[in-house]
Amino acid sequence: MTTTTAPTAVPTGARITGPRVVRAEWIKFRSLRSSLIMLAATVVVFDALGLGFSAFLADATIEPGTPAPPGGPSSLDPLGASLGGVNLAQLLIATLGVLLTAGEYATGMIRTSLAAVPRRWPVLTAKIAVLAGVSLAVLLPTVLLTFLGGQAVLGDKGIALGDDGVLRAVLGTAVYLAGIGVLGAALGSLLRTTAGALTSVVALLLVVPGVVSLLPESWSEAISPYLPSNAGQAFMSLGGDPNLLSPQAGAAVFVGWLLALVGAALIRLLRRDA
Amino acid sequence: MIEARDLSKRYGDRLAVDSLTFTVAPGVVTGFLGPNGAGKSTTMRMILGLDAPTGGTVRVNGRRYAEHRDPLRQIGALLEAKAVHTGRSARDHLLALGATHGIGRRRVDEVIDLVGLREVAGKRAGGFSLGMGQRLGIAAALLGDPAVVMLDEPVNGLDPDGIRWIRGLLRGLAAEGRTVFVSSHLMSEMAQTADHLIVVGRGRLLADVSLAEFTRQASRTTVRVRSPQAAALRDLLAGPDVTITGGEPGLLEVSGLRREVIGDRAAAAGLTLHELTATEASLEEAFMTMTRDAVEYAGATAGETR
Ligand SMILES: Nc1ncnc2c1ncn2[C@@H]1O[C@H](COP(=O)(O)OP(=O)(O)OP(=O)(O)O)[C@@H](O)[C@H]1O
Ligand SMILES: [Mg+2]
Repeated sequence: MTTTTAPTAVPTGARITGPRVVRAEWIKFRSLRSSLIMLAATVVVFDALGLGFSAFLADATIEPGTPAPPGGPSSLDPLGASLGGVNLAQLLIATLGVLLTAGEYATGMIRTSLAAVPRRWPVLTAKIAVLAGVSLAVLLPTVLLTFLGGQAVLGDKGIALGDDGVLRAVLGTAVYLAGIGVLGAALGSLLRTTAGALTSVVALLLVVPGVVSLLPESWSEAISPYLPSNAGQAFMSLGGDPNLLSPQAGAAVFVGWLLALVGAALIRLLRRDA
Repeated sequence: MIEARDLSKRYGDRLAVDSLTFTVAPGVVTGFLGPNGAGKSTTMRMILGLDAPTGGTVRVNGRRYAEHRDPLRQIGALLEAKAVHTGRSARDHLLALGATHGIGRRRVDEVIDLVGLREVAGKRAGGFSLGMGQRLGIAAALLGDPAVVMLDEPVNGLDPDGIRWIRGLLRGLAAEGRTVFVSSHLMSEMAQTADHLIVVGRGRLLADVSLAEFTRQASRTTVRVRSPQAAALRDLLAGPDVTITGGEPGLLEVSGLRREVIGDRAAAAGLTLHELTATEASLEEAFMTMTRDAVEYAGATAGETR
């Protein structure tokens, strides 16, 4: 037991700082194969479906505005078709978020994380910052290239990035997907189980909008635009849809959802035993 | 240094830890001993701030754990349940842990070598055996070169070589002046490692003694004496350092006097002896007696308050 420790290798300034916690979360992110696979799957699905829907629309017999194939975009216009992979891709990136947080509870890793950073809130905030940062870095080019590829497939029917509202919708789609990842992470941290959090994601993004649309019209018109998926749709489309909020209002509501869920996750993290 | 004051934890209607007050001093190995469910792991989770106490306080090196800016330098802990993501390699686990404090690859490789995991450091921790998992947990505990090392049942799953290694490691850490706090439910294990014992049962403090003192008390010889004149014999043997208990008529259990002394005195007084046997309690027996009493005591008080 002559060398239980070699103090030279532990720097004297060893203590917690914000950037260090972010770096730790980045190491955690990149060292899990499941995170990398889910991120790659999000990219591939978004791109493949966008190009596929664009090719479908490019077919001469289909008029713009025709209802989309199941799982596709809400409307088959050139913008909606090229970005139509968002409906499926959101479930993949939400799963990524859920795995990052709930996965720590499932394996017991959370106790290591919180013992190292006992004030706790930096752990979750850094994790969400890394998730959002990595997602945006990967998705901004993915969405942009998929849009451009889709318009190329559409040829004459295509629209340009410079057209009114198009750039905002394209960037908005990348932001929406990154935000849904954050939503998954918040739910994973709140519920602490992968299965429970995934169920809640599907419920919030797919089931609730369906149920709301079955309510009496006055009710569904009052609630529906404020659901996260429809708030997102408001800034991912060109605007003017009477059933949706304005792009600005939609963005505000979407951010409100994220703040509320992340806030609830932080409060629970601070209050409950790990 | 760990200081617990009136530390309590309630889960529903179960009082897992009941007003524990103790201090764990640096420079020695302190064994935290108690039967299953005594509250050892719960106490350790409260020391790390993972579980919030229902009552009382606990301080690590003079402060609440969460108030430290460099917690990994203050206390390194191995917890009972695995606290590692199964999908991550041992090295990445330690790199991420160290990164929170700016501790880098050199120190990570050093602790990996120290616990003997070099060959498997790049493998997923999920595939590790119980013993390898314990070694990884110990590597994580030592990563920050901490002043306090706290290990919950570290010998679990280790082979005899590993157990011997842990003993040496704990002694070495204490010799370097660190506070070493190790839990176990085996007295025999603690007898070989610990200098000081904190014994708990049903969440209550039963003993806070040096191992030497515990051994002295435990190995205090009892002499079983049978005599038809037991009452007269009891008067004859009574004295300030002598305890005499009698279970059945004609039987005395005498402690504090050697067998020869009892025999000689009886002979001098002309008393008849039918039996004179010395019995020595083992540490394990002493520990079991102590914790069994605690269980009965807890049951009795619960009955009274109902
Ligand atoms: N999270 C929890 N929720 C509810 N009860 C708990 C929880 N953790 C521990 N307990 C209960 O508290 C008591 C003390 O448990 P603890 O794990 O601290 O004991 P221990 O001394 O570590 O036992 P062992 O030697 O078996 O590891 C037990 O009765 C246990 O069932
Ligand atoms: Mg335990």
